[in-house]
This record gives sequence, C-alpha cells and structure tokens, in this order.
Amino acid sequence: MKIPEEELLAPGHRGCAGCGATIGVRLALKVLGRNTVAVSATGCLEVITTPYPETAWEIPWIHVAFENAASVASGVERALKTQGKEDVNVVVFAGDGGTADIGMQSLSGAMERGHNLIYICYDNEAYMNTGIQRSGSTPYGASTTTSPHGKESFGEDKPKKNVPLIMAAHGVPYVATASISYPEDFMKKVKKAAETDGPSYIHLNQPCTTGWGFNTSKTIDLGRLAVETGSWILYEIVDGEFKVTYRPAQRKPVTEYLNAQKRFKHLADEEKDKIQEYIDNVCAELRI
Amino acid sequence: MVLKVISANKAIAEAVRLSRPQVIPVYPITPQTSISEYLAQFVADGEIDSEYIKVESEHSSMSAAVGASGAGVRVFTATSSQGMALMHEILFAAAGLRTPIVMANANRALAAPLSIWNDHQDSISERDAGWLQIYVENGQEALDSIIRSYKISEDKDVHLPSMVCLDGFILTHTVEPVDIPSHEDVDNFLPNYVPEHLYLDPERPMSIGTLADPGYYMEARYEMELAMKRSMKVIKRVNNEFAEIFGREYGSVEEYYCEDAEIILITMGSLCSTIRDVVDDLRSNGEKVGMLKIRTYRPFPKEDIYNAIKNADKVAVLDKNITFGIGGALYTDIKSKIRDVDIYGFIVGLGGRDITPTHLKDIVNKTKNPTQDITWIGLKEGV
Repeated sequence: MKIPEEELLAPGHRGCAGCGATIGVRLALKVLGRNTVAVSATGCLEVITTPYPETAWEIPWIHVAFENAASVASGVERALKTQGKEDVNVVVFAGDGGTADIGMQSLSGAMERGHNLIYICYDNEAYMNTGIQRSGSTPYGASTTTSPHGKESFGEDKPKKNVPLIMAAHGVPYVATASISYPEDFMKKVKKAAETDGPSYIHLNQPCTTGWGFNTSKTIDLGRLAVETGSWILYEIVDGEFKVTYRPAQRKPVTEYLNAQKRFKHLADEEKDKIQEYIDNVCAELRI
Repeated sequence: MVLKVISANKAIAEAVRLSRPQVIPVYPITPQTSISEYLAQFVADGEIDSEYIKVESEHSSMSAAVGASGAGVRVFTATSSQGMALMHEILFAAAGLRTPIVMANANRALAAPLSIWNDHQDSISERDAGWLQIYVENGQEALDSIIRSYKISEDKDVHLPSMVCLDGFILTHTVEPVDIPSHEDVDNFLPNYVPEHLYLDPERPMSIGTLADPGYYMEARYEMELAMKRSMKVIKRVNNEFAEIFGREYGSVEEYYCEDAEIILITMGSLCSTIRDVVDDLRSNGEKVGMLKIRTYRPFPKEDIYNAIKNADKVAVLDKNITFGIGGALYTDIKSKIRDVDIYGFIVGLGGRDITPTHLKDIVNKTKNPTQDITWIGLKEGV
C-alpha cells in the first residue's frame, strides 16, 4: 500500500510525545485527502490542534461542543449537499467519552438518519483530556482517577461498552474496528468508509502514553500488543456481515499487554486470569 | 396584498418558506410543534427547497444548525421552553461562533411544575447567550420579524443569531388575518446568503470553534458586545428598508400614547394588545395612561425606552418571568439603566395565568399608589 507523504494534520501541534490520537488522524487524512471537512468533539484532539490563533488542520474543521459532534456533522453534511458539494468527505473525530458516553444520543440520531459521514472514534479508553477519568469505554480492571484501585477496589469493575455493535444494530452499512498500529488495515477501512453511501463508523484503538502509563516510544508496540493478545479485535461489519480482518498468527498471553501498562499494574493474578478467560471466550467464538 | 387567516405558527412557517433557508434542523415541542409540521409538509410538497433534518432532540437541532451555518448556508430552527433549555449550551456556541441563525421560540413556562402554557421564562433565561431577541405581538409581526431577522443577523456589522419570540398558544394557536408577501418582494429584500466570514470549503480551509486561552477569550466576547451595539443601527436601517417594500414599520420599541402619559405600562409580546384596549378605556375616562412595547429585548433599546418614559410620573413594568428575589428581567434591566424615573415591577401571567383588563387597571392603580417595588398580580386569594 502506498501511503501519501502529504500531512493534512500539520506538525507543531501540542500533542504529547507518542500521542496515538494524532497518528490516527494523520493516517485517516492521508486516505481522505484535502476534499474533506473534519468535525471534532471537545477533547484532547481539539485542544492540542487548535490553540487560537494556531491550527494544525490543513482542511476545513469545526468544533462546537463535547457531546454533539455527530449532530454538527449532520448539519455540515446537509449544508454541503445544498451547495452541490456532495463529493466532500465529512469526517468526525471524537474520543471515547464524546462517543460512548456523552455523545451517544447525537451519534445514535445521526446514524439512524443515515447521513453520509464517516465517524471515527479515537478510543484511548478514558477521559484523557481532563486527567484520566473512566469512561464507558474503560476496560475491566483499569485504574483511572475515578475508578482507582485501592483496598476495596481493583479499578474499573465493568467491561467496555461495545459501541461498534451498537452502531451495527442501527443498520449502519459500514462498521469497523481498527488500530493505529495496523495502519494499512485502518487506512483500507477509512477508504471503504469513504466509499460507503451513508454513514460509517470506525472504532479506532489508540494507546495513550499518559493515560495508560507507558514509555512514549512504545505507542505502536502497545497497540500491537492489544491486538496480538486478543484484547482488541480488528473486524468489519459490511451491510450486517461480520468479518475478522486480522488474525494474530499466535495469540500472546494478555499479561504481556497488561504488565506493560501502569493502569493494570495493581491487578492480582486472579483478575488477570479473569481477563484472559474473557478474551479466550471471545476469541474461541471468532476462531482467533 | 394577500390576507390569510392563519395562526402565528403558520405565519412563521410562511416566513421561513419565503426566506429560503437551505437547512432546517427541527424537533417538535408544544406549542411550537405545528411550525415543525408545516415546514415538513412544505418540504414533502416540494414547496421549499430545504434540507429538513429530523433531529432527535433540541440539543441536536441547535448543534446541526451551527454545523450547517458554519458550513455557510442559511438556517432556520424553532423551539420552546424545555427545548430551549436543552439547547442552552449550544445557544452560547451559536452566538460565539457568530452564526447568523434565525430561530422561532414559542414562549412557554419552564418546569417544574410542568406547564405547557405561556410565559417568557424560557427565552429570558437565555438573554445573555448573545442572541438578538425579538418579542412579537401578533401573527403579522411574527412573519415580518423572521424575514427581517435574517437580514439583520446576516449583516456583517452584526453576525449574531436572532430569536423571534411569540407567546405560546396566545399567538401560536390563534388565527388572525396575516398579509403574506410575495416571493418576489421578499427575494428583493432578502437576497441569497453569501457567507463571507464562516464557511467550510476545502478550497479555503478555516478552523471554526478553536480553543481560546485567557489571552484571547475576552476579546472574542468584547467583539460580541460591539456587534450587539452595532446591531441597533442595523435594525433601524433594515426596518426602514422593510417599510419601504412592505409598508409596515417596526422600531425597537413602540409607543402608545406615551407622549403626555402620567402612567406608562411597559411590556413585551401579545399582552401589549390587551394593554392597548385598557389604555383606550382609561383615556376615554380622562386618565393619562400610555403603553410602551419593547419589541427588541436584545439589543436592549435603553435610549428609546428612556425617551419614551422620561416625562412620565410613574412607570409599571410587566414581566412574564421572575428572577427570584429581584423581580422580572425587563424591570431589573430598565431599573438598572434608568435612575431618574419612578419604576415599579409587576410579575404577571406565569405558566399561562390569564391577564385581564381588570388586572391591568389594578396595576395602573397600584402604580399610582405604590406600596412595594415588586408586586405579583393575579395570585389566588390567601397565597
């Protein structure tokens, strides 16, 4: 796969060293190109890319609030349609909090109405912009500032909300999961999303050095470990047809993934075993 | 002239049809609902060429409106009460991003207790959002105000959104004769919207809605203050242009027998019609009573108000809203800007409580012989 060199998210933004979200945006925009309007939810990405009077966006970009990116995109998409600019890609970049939690209603509405837009949730599994508070997308066992581990707690006690399947239940014609550490897989999916007539949803796993607690040089490694251990599964659902798009040759034990991150450091073997068992069950069903 | 006997909600829908917004995101709520329905029918019948977005809430109707306006097209939406409260966050964003959105608000009380009936608490509670607020007295004014508001909001000296507020049920569901202008006249008055400051065009990339740190935020707010002040002049100019084409004149305020009045009643909206009758009645008995109608609540026409009431002995301000412990919003605004006139506040008509000529005469008497600053009118005995 030839990856275009042109960057549409300019360097010099204020992302952390090793930021996974900006890698995701760069890759997506390499596929979508300049004929694209981006809509952001409030969050890390919005804050680090647009400190007035600077902007890292080389394409038109709009941000209004935290929970309404899908609604704003709905208005943008229809406005472009009335201007005869139906060929312009409308892409949303929203975090897991802005998607799985506070933005769920507007996302549901936009997807059900069938707007021609690409919604990419960059999932770093907690509210990272405000200092690592748990979201509905925080995984079981993760310690965050609002699901801390302690004498009476092993951290987050609920599994991740499964947003891609919720999107599939809406009848969204193209739903996929992806990882920034598998750029070709992700970019192919962005291309399919752009070619889809109607809404598409991509849930992008994106390691966060500050929130997950790992060395800033290890972002890509952590993304790989998530997939190679079966903690994050790459698949797509095209018109309701489910297909795994990547199968690790030899699935690694989840402890390799958990032990590489501060947010899981506190977990007892008992909890780690539970996580392994959960992954094993899911992977058995999917033959991974 | 084509006079049709229609409700103010229908008049609003007709005004929207004539103003040709490209995008209409709207969510139904009593007593605004028929606006949503009329517009949906216009689209279904091919009478307007607009994208109608059937959003899932008012938060999303205003969000989609900001998205569409940000993308550079003319936008209309409508709401009421709880819906406006749900929009609260995005109303501030719409103004801060300088979108020229026009919205109709069917004025209705806010819960709790739940009420679907009229007062002004919903839009008054959004007075600091940065929107222009117009309160109308009848269906004709509702129709004309929508058309004029586009011209005012889209003016480069303003670039702030406008809400046209009409009393729930009293206007929204009451039919009266309304002159519906021709498409040709409205097109001449209100040409197509060509965005110069706000668009999402891949040929000319722009970032809209960025983060402003303490080094920048305050100037953005000050720019809005300046725009609100400039809008006074624009409103006057647009009103003149409107009068030339359509023959109907609108000022920021409207005086009714104020010139020699000893007592002046000030209020907004449909209540003005009842007061006109009461003024006529009292005048026929030789009482020098007048009325001042506030049409434009934001920008606040403090000079027009001062000029109208400066010679009165006493002034009564009638508010269909309450800031607890302080009085009504119109009363406190007027009181804060005009110090040398004797002004009293009256809280009336909350949650649709009737305001009768008897109540209004009682207000005149209480203003002549005041015993307190703020008086609630029409309460049940023994409360």
